[in-house]
Amino acid sequence: MIKVNHLYKSFDGRLVLEDVSVVFDACKTNLIIGASGSGKTVLLKSLVGLHDADSGEIWFDDIQYNTLSFAGKKKMRQKVGLLFQSSALFDFATVEENIMFPMNMFTGWSRAEKLERVNFCLQRVRLENVNHLYPSALSGGMQKRVGIARAIALNPRYLFCDEPNSGLDPRTSIVIDELIHEITHEFGMTTIINTHDMNSVLEIGEKVIFIYEGKKCWEGANNEILRTDNAELNRFVFASKMAQQLRIKN
Amino acid sequence: MSKFFALIGSYFLLMRKVFTKPDRFSETWKQFVIELEKVGVLSVPLVAIVSIFIGAVITLQTSYNLTSPFIPKMYVGYMTRETMLLEFSSTMIALILAGKIGSSIASEIGTMRITEQIDAMEIMGVNSANYLILPKICAATIFNPLLTLLSFSIGLLGGWLIVTITGVVMPEQYEEGIRYAFQPYYVVYAIIKMAVFNFIITSVSAFYGYYAKGGSRDVGRAATNGIVNCSLCILISNLILTHVLL
Ligand SMILES: Nc1ncnc2c1ncn2[C@@H]1O[C@H](COP(=O)(O)OP(=O)(O)OP(=O)(O)O)[C@@H](O)[C@H]1O
Ligand SMILES: [Mg+2]
Repeated sequence: MIKVNHLYKSFDGRLVLEDVSVVFDACKTNLIIGASGSGKTVLLKSLVGLHDADSGEIWFDDIQYNTLSFAGKKKMRQKVGLLFQSSALFDFATVEENIMFPMNMFTGWSRAEKLERVNFCLQRVRLENVNHLYPSALSGGMQKRVGIARAIALNPRYLFCDEPNSGLDPRTSIVIDELIHEITHEFGMTTIINTHDMNSVLEIGEKVIFIYEGKKCWEGANNEILRTDNAELNRFVFASKMAQQLRIKN
Repeated sequence: MSKFFALIGSYFLLMRKVFTKPDRFSETWKQFVIELEKVGVLSVPLVAIVSIFIGAVITLQTSYNLTSPFIPKMYVGYMTRETMLLEFSSTMIALILAGKIGSSIASEIGTMRITEQIDAMEIMGVNSANYLILPKICAATIFNPLLTLLSFSIGLLGGWLIVTITGVVMPEQYEEGIRYAFQPYYVVYAIIKMAVFNFIITSVSAFYGYYAKGGSRDVGRAATNGIVNCSLCILISNLILTHVLL
């Protein structure tokens, strides 16, 4: 479980997150949705400490994460997996070395064990025969999948994904969504996903929070989202004219 | 002024992050070996070429200027040796290396910063400063003093070749000058200087890369700032070290 209390974050005096309080449950896929520029990435990065929040509390289970020392955070982070919106693969390393990187740093596994794990992770994101390619030789969607494989390499307790299926075709998107959903339940992870893909929301949104201009504007589950009367959320969900008309008809 | 002290402060804070126990010694060692090649071995050709020409030119210039019949010709060799050892093979080579390895370190680390690769490392719980910068500093500081010795020897060779080819002085006189009043301590002095300079080159350029933010233009600026400030630090510390060591 990850709990956020009254989180504020601004850049050069411009408020980006305003009084965000939310609980992300363990063993659930928690989705953060919102328009482009609404502050999803900033929220995710503030949670893991890549941005220092201006004020507010962040709890990872019963540990207050944002007040931990450098060494304390470092220790916690070994239980964190994060997929960046830009994938952020190491360009000096091959796909295999990228996924092996956290294993090299934090496990005592033999090379064979590491390789087995690498291949297992790659197979779960539906990638084959790319072990020895460099990230620059991969398509955007493939980079994203390698990013996911790297994030889940050590079975993290807390998994953060920034738009895991942007740039993927609908079928691969679903595969990735299902993978994340599956491992979340299998290992009891606390998973937080940024997305603006309504398919994912309906498919795996066990808990959904809607960010509008830096504020939490709605929270609930996927089966409630189509029936809410929150105006901002409706405008987000039923963005196209056609969708609006269908909604009125129903 | 306060900006200047803030800069110095963050440099030392970064160094504190760099000089901690590596997360995995074997991984840092692997990086160290890679860096040995990148910052050290690959600089050998450049250093060799520059040194052979400069050694030859110093020899020629000294012999043209030593026109007085009262000064023995062997002083040409002596002058070449002293100039190479005291300044050229350490300070000048360091300034050249600042351009070569300083810019590559700053832009490499700067690119990793703006493409979030450093964040990715941090979020795994890896001390990125330690993992990325420590091997570079160690490799350069330990290996590159050998480049001073190389530059010195090749410079003397350059001088010898030019006197043999042009005959401005007799090669025997040149060789005698090279051996004349040799102080082994000067070699130690040059090596210490080179070690310090290489520490400066790697740590200062890494500092500018590590705190780069923005886009490709900012990486370029980080590289430029890195080289300019490395060079300044080298010149200042040269003054201090010469005062302290000689
Ligand atoms: N490092 C930064 N410095 C200054 N402003 C920033 C920074 N990062 C983000 N912002 C601002 O914060 C706001 C929210 O950005 P954020 O990246 O969180 O959007 P997002 O919801 O993730 O959008 P998208 O769906 O397009 O990824 C934007 O207005 C952006 O300009
Ligand atoms: Mg984003």
